[in-house]
This record gives sequence, structure tokens and C-alpha cells, in this order.
Amino acid sequence: MTTTTGKAIADDSVWVLGTHMTKFGRYPDDDAVDLGSASAIAALQDGQVTIHDMDVMAAGCLFQASGGMAQRIQKQIGQTGIPAYNVANACATGATALRTVYLTIKAGEADMGLAVGVEQMGKMGLLGGAGTKKEANIFAPSGRYGAVTGVDGYLGTEGMPGVFAQAGMQYAYENDGVGFEQFAKVAYKNHLHSTRNPLAQYTKEFSLEEIMGAPVMSYPNTLLMCCPTGDGAAAAVLVSGERLKSMSQEVQRRAVKISASVLTSDPWTESAQVQPDVNTLTRNAAVKAYELAGVGPEDLDLVELHDCFATAELIHYDNLGLCEPGGAGDFIDSGAPFRDGRTPVNVSGGLISKGHPIGATGIANVYEVTTHLRGEAGDRQIEGAKVGLAHVIGLGSACGVHILEKAS
Amino acid sequence: MSATQVPLVSYLRLGDAPALWAHQCQACGARFFDRRVACGNCGQQEFADAKVANRGTVVSFTIVHRAAPGIPAPYASAIITTEDGTSVRSNIVNCDPTPERITLGMEVELTTYSIGTDDEGTEAVAFGYQPVEEASS
Repeated sequence: MTTTTGKAIADDSVWVLGTHMTKFGRYPDDDAVDLGSASAIAALQDGQVTIHDMDVMAAGCLFQASGGMAQRIQKQIGQTGIPAYNVANACATGATALRTVYLTIKAGEADMGLAVGVEQMGKMGLLGGAGTKKEANIFAPSGRYGAVTGVDGYLGTEGMPGVFAQAGMQYAYENDGVGFEQFAKVAYKNHLHSTRNPLAQYTKEFSLEEIMGAPVMSYPNTLLMCCPTGDGAAAAVLVSGERLKSMSQEVQRRAVKISASVLTSDPWTESAQVQPDVNTLTRNAAVKAYELAGVGPEDLDLVELHDCFATAELIHYDNLGLCEPGGAGDFIDSGAPFRDGRTPVNVSGGLISKGHPIGATGIANVYEVTTHLRGEAGDRQIEGAKVGLAHVIGLGSACGVHILEKAS
Repeated sequence: MSATQVPLVSYLRLGDAPALWAHQCQACGARFFDRRVACGNCGQQEFADAKVANRGTVVSFTIVHRAAPGIPAPYASAIITTEDGTSVRSNIVNCDPTPERITLGMEVELTTYSIGTDDEGTEAVAFGYQPVEEASS
């Protein structure tokens, strides 16, 4: 039996063969097709394969979801006639593209496939709020709630900084030891981590005082506790274990096993019709992923989780089982999620610093974990990393969790 | 009340005693402010209108300083759990929008206010929640 370093590669397992992410930031002179194609080509080269080896392709670009991004990228990198899927699943779009390829390999229809996530957001500003409210000429009920005008700003907030602020503040209501300072420490950590990541959109350290004193977006989230909008792409080539066994020792050594690929949607909870419940579906995804992978949160050497806002990261410590139930405040206070702590979280800088080009995010976090498991993360390497978890959540809602393991 | 008032949303019923009304699943009791084909919890299709309690507790809030264009800020957005266990999202009104004044766990009650009049003289009325201790002031 072909082995890497003594451990058998199961035929029905699925591996990351090659991966890439562009630096996240502003690309006013490129379009999403340029960015996605550049990342796709680089991921193929990283895996020492070409588009002609691919049996399937999936692409995600949320703001161009009807634009056939997969086919447009194929026209840049090679049109081979393989099945192409264009997926959209809010901020879980990239993870959904990855999982589409994973499922196709699992189903036995493909030996190898390419997943690409890309977004060109520019300076979109606040997401989620209705905006442009103007005095209606006639108040006539419309829509599912019979609203006579926009309700954002009258019946609470629909803006993302506020929605996620409320998610965090509800955790603070239900648990002790969580307040403005704990949320701010999350941003302090991620900005600090970003200084080691040349691919991050922002790589500047800020003091806790600077973060807490920054302009308030939606209390407790200040400007420095919110992810930016931006541009970027990420890609991954997946391969079946059966095919991987026939490849070179060098390729096998760098391959990273996908021990769990999970996607959940939000089950009904009482409050979710007025405030998206980002907790229950994350908890469900985590439990299932740990079960599939046969690992627990204590086994994780690093976690990339969906810190769109500092308030979000804190509650996901609990949702992913990284801390004791109710103990997310103590967890950050203890330093556990810092890169030298017990469970390093978002050593890439997270969405807060690395950036969040929406379609790219759910593959970029797999890129980050894969790079550490390969021992190729340079200045930000978590030494000896063997198991990592990547998490994304999109409102609506969709949650993707992938657990990755080093080959040996 | 003026005959030319209209609620901001249809689940707010005006009149002498304004209140929110939900569509309640007759099988499991789940409440919805919009129309549903079937219950998102249990899948049953029988619904009846249910009046939501006017008093409740702030279980979460945020103070929005950067709002979407055209929306006055700062304002306080909150999630309320009413006395009968229904979750509602709205603004906290008649109270300074600061973390010093608005606190997790504070008791609030429903109130209504005008948000403007259209070209035909129809006044739109929104609902918010105000601190209970300020109800008579």
C-alpha cells in the first residue's frame, strides 16, 4: 500500500492538494474574473496539476452570483467542458463551493476538482442596512410584513455591525464576565496577529485603548472591531485518496486531509425571526464535524473562525466548544486564543484584519489552516500544527465547518 | 385616533390599546410576524392571531452610531423578550441611546409614535419600547 509516512491513505478520503489566496485588499484595476483566475491557476500549480486534470469545478462570487463566475474563470484558465457549479450562500459561499467539489469526489463522480471563491467589493460601506430612506409619498403597506416604508432604523437595526453587536450582547446578557473590554480584546488579538501575515488587508497593531476609543459603529463594535470590505480570491484543488496514492511522494507529503466537511442551515429557534441566530447552526455544525473527524476541540492546534465583528468571534469560542460553556469572556481574558495560547484563533488576522471579500472567505480560511499544517506559514507558523478547523457563517443562515489534518 | 393613521407594519395594530399581533401556530405555539405557509418549527399549517404582551425585558441591544444613509443616528436597537416569551426587535425610545442608560435586563413596554405624514395626509405610526419607570412621565 502506498503511504506517506506510514499512515495509509483511504481511497474514499478527500484531500487538499493545492491551495492559494491572493493578498486581500483593493484591486481597482482588476476585476473578479482576474482575481479568481489568478488564484485558480496558482492553486493548480501549487498542487502540481493543471485544469486538464480537473473533473469538476465550483465557484462562488456572492455579488455576481448570476454571472457564471466558474465559466468566466474557465475562459481564462482553460475550457475543458467539465461540470461547473456557481454557488451562492451568503458569507458561507466559499465554503459551499469547496464542499460542492468535496461532495462530487465523495460521490465518485470526480477524482479531482477545483473550488474558487472571489469577491470584488470595492468600498461598499455598510452592508445589511436598507439605506436611502426617504419620506414616502404614499404610505401603502407592502411586503411580507405590510411595511409602509423601510423599517431599518425604526424597528431596530438591519446593519451588520449592529446585528452582530446584538448577537454578542445577548451572550453578555446570558453569561458573566463579558463586556465591551472582552469584545475589544478580540480585535486587539486579531490586529496583532495580522502583523505577521503579508496577505492581510491591514497589518497594523492597535492598543486596546485605541480600539475602544475608535469611532463607534454599533456599540460595542467600534470601527476597529469590524471587518473591512475588500477584494480578493482564494482557491483549492481537492483530490480523492485513491488518486492521491498514485501521485509523487512530495505531493502526498504536502496534501492535507479533509477530516470533516459540514454545512448546516439554521433550525427554527424562537428569536430567529427578529434576530438571526448565528449560534445554533454553528453548534450543530461543530458537533457534527468533531464527530466525523474523530477529534475534539482540545485537539485543535489552530482555528480560523468567522470574526466578521469582534462580538461574533467571542460567541463562536463557545459555539465551537473552544471554551467552557458560558466561558468565552474568561477564554479571551486568559489569552487562550492568542497565537501563543492554548487554542490559537485567527492567527491570519481574521476577517477583522485579513479582510472579508465575501466569496473568498470560506476558502481563504482553509488555505490558512492548510498552510500551517504543511509547515509553510512563515512568520505566523503555529509550530507543529497537526489539526485545524475553519468556520464560516453567512446570515440567512448557512454555516460551514471544515476540519483539516496533516498527512502524517 | 385619526382615521388616517396607518401602522408602520401590519403586525402592529393601532387603536386605544396598541399592541403587536402574531400568527401563532395552533400545534406548537410558535409565533410569526409575517405570513407562513407552514410553521417553521413543526410544519403544521393551522394559524390563529395572537396578541403579544406589551411588556418585556431587553435581552440584547446595540447603539447604532453609523446608520445607513438617511437614518438618524445614534439610536438604540434592541431585542426584547416579552412577558409571554415572544422575541421582538425594535428601537428603545424615550431614553438616551447610551450604554449608561440602556442596560441588559431592563424592563420596557411598548409605545407608539408618528414617523411622518404622506401626501394624502395619512400618518404612519411606528412602535418602540420605553423604560417602564418612565411610562407615566
